[in-house]
Amino acid sequence: MAHDDTGTNVPSTAIDYVAIEESPAFIEHKRRHRSFVFPLAIAFLLWYFLYVFLADYAHDFMSIKVFGNINVGLLLGLSQFVTTFAITTWYVSFANRKLDPAAEKFRNELEEAERA
Amino acid sequence: MNVGDPILNISIFAAFVVVTLIIVLRVSRTNKTANDFYAAGRSFSGGQNGTAIAGDYLSAASFLGICGAIAINGYDGFLYSIGFLVAWLVALLLVAELLRNTGKFTMADVLSFRLKERPVRLAAATATLAVCFFYLLAQMAGAGGLVSLLLGVNDRLGQSVVIAVVGFIMIFYVLIGGMKGTTWVQIIKAVLLIAGAGVMTVWVLALNGFNLSTLLGQAASVAGEGILNPGAQYGLTGLSRLDFVSLALALVLGTAGLPHVLMRFYTVPTAKEARRSVVWAIWLIGLFYLFTLVLGYGAAYLVGKDAILAAPGGVNSAAPLLAFELGGSILLAVISAVAFATILAVVAGLTITAATSFAHDVYANVIKKGAVPPNGEVKVARITVVVIGVLAIVGGIGVQGQNIAFLVALAFAIAASANLPTILYSLFWRKFTTRGALWSMYGGLGSALLLIIFSPVISGAETSMFSNVDFSWFPLSNPGIVSIPLGFFLGWLGTVTSSVKEDPQIAAEMEVRSLTGHGAEKASSH
Repeated sequence: MAHDDTGTNVPSTAIDYVAIEESPAFIEHKRRHRSFVFPLAIAFLLWYFLYVFLADYAHDFMSIKVFGNINVGLLLGLSQFVTTFAITTWYVSFANRKLDPAAEKFRNELEEAERA
Repeated sequence: MNVGDPILNISIFAAFVVVTLIIVLRVSRTNKTANDFYAAGRSFSGGQNGTAIAGDYLSAASFLGICGAIAINGYDGFLYSIGFLVAWLVALLLVAELLRNTGKFTMADVLSFRLKERPVRLAAATATLAVCFFYLLAQMAGAGGLVSLLLGVNDRLGQSVVIAVVGFIMIFYVLIGGMKGTTWVQIIKAVLLIAGAGVMTVWVLALNGFNLSTLLGQAASVAGEGILNPGAQYGLTGLSRLDFVSLALALVLGTAGLPHVLMRFYTVPTAKEARRSVVWAIWLIGLFYLFTLVLGYGAAYLVGKDAILAAPGGVNSAAPLLAFELGGSILLAVISAVAFATILAVVAGLTITAATSFAHDVYANVIKKGAVPPNGEVKVARITVVVIGVLAIVGGIGVQGQNIAFLVALAFAIAASANLPTILYSLFWRKFTTRGALWSMYGGLGSALLLIIFSPVISGAETSMFSNVDFSWFPLSNPGIVSIPLGFFLGWLGTVTSSVKEDPQIAAEMEVRSLTGHGAEKASSH
């Protein structure tokens, strides 16, 4: 990216980014990324707010003792930790397996195009 | 009541300052270019950077504030930990890597990639400075409160002197060390803090036969059954429940908009390392918040609510008092030194972020229009560090005794209202325009500030900043529930009403680069 004297953006290279963006390979790469992160983001936010609403408005339910002094609220709270760790691990393994190889391939092609 | 030995406390803290100063001096020899000063030459590994993020994020509000909140209010204190942790998924899934791929030093770099540069940079810098300022005030206020407990300095003058000393040490670190030195301070502090909290956690659990249920039972036998159930703090009225929803929203969406967190993603060489940083940060921060659960209930059981509230630091003194109860003066001194180091490191991170934003966005790109002599930008950044440091000292002295949690929650609410919508829109929405960005940033920032000014935290209630006047009309103490949706809505509205469309070429370039890492800033080699 670069800016000319008036601060307006001008494309920095001769690479035709619109063509790349519209290529089937890139569309597939973008779809793979978004179809993973968007549903997951919505899911964890819903799960988080479900927990928040229970903790905020369902005190009796959250106060039910499950075993010993451990109640539903504590278990649900700790399960937020568990899901956060699990989503993290899941996303990283997905990104390493599916996203990184594709991104690297594009990067190499683009660098070659820039040199040409 | 004074506990522990002030001389011992000061000695251990001084030892921390000396050791970190030596490290800062050693690593800062290569601080020449903007790349070095702002982004540490992009030379940190994901593990190092993730530890530094944890060091940046686990502020005094996290350590002292959450331990205290759990000790006093029980379960409701735990809710903070969950919001602060889950928030990292937003950063991991949606922001960190794409931001690393498209920017250089600041959040504004990403926004101005395809939007009109000057107005967007100015807006982003304004929001960045506002968030940093409130976060800074909270940390400085925390420093003052801590002093009274740990050093036995109870008078206002003495506390002011200590705030000034903390401020000047911080200015020195940042001036000499730049981002590299600051990062090392944060790494060392994160290790000390997590190790210290870990030792205390194991200790508390050992006293209870390594059984969480036993610990909870003991806490309940001292403080009453209510400490185990939700509602002690936020369940009192319909309004306070709504306030909690508002807070929960600000916490979960604020993290990925905090400028000092965003800036850390630029200190690593690639997007993959940025991802690795967030993963490290999530594990470390998650682990730490699990510790605070045990420490909070441990303090409720071993120290007791009345003793905590009667101590000079009030609710914030739960963790230090627990350390004293467990390991006497020595452990108290170590934990106090760690708490001071925490404030120092977080303040340093905020200061360098604010200085970078001013020098890079406002000075170099808006005022000088990009025509800056070599190193001119870094020179301005260094001057800004001193100015911000002095402002933080003065502000910190001014807000002594104010509620720290309120200031931090305000910073989170502003970050979520003013920064996050524009970041997400510009990364994921092709049609997003300059007008949408400006409306969203100024609208989010303005509404968050306005609602705070007219809320009970400023006036009209016993706990307000100005308790003898009442000009409040907004009933909630956290503006998030209104200002965050408004920020998103204004970004959409500004975009769909724009007559000017943004350049499709550059939008395509940004999208390709964000998803492939092509053309991303590389690590500088020395």
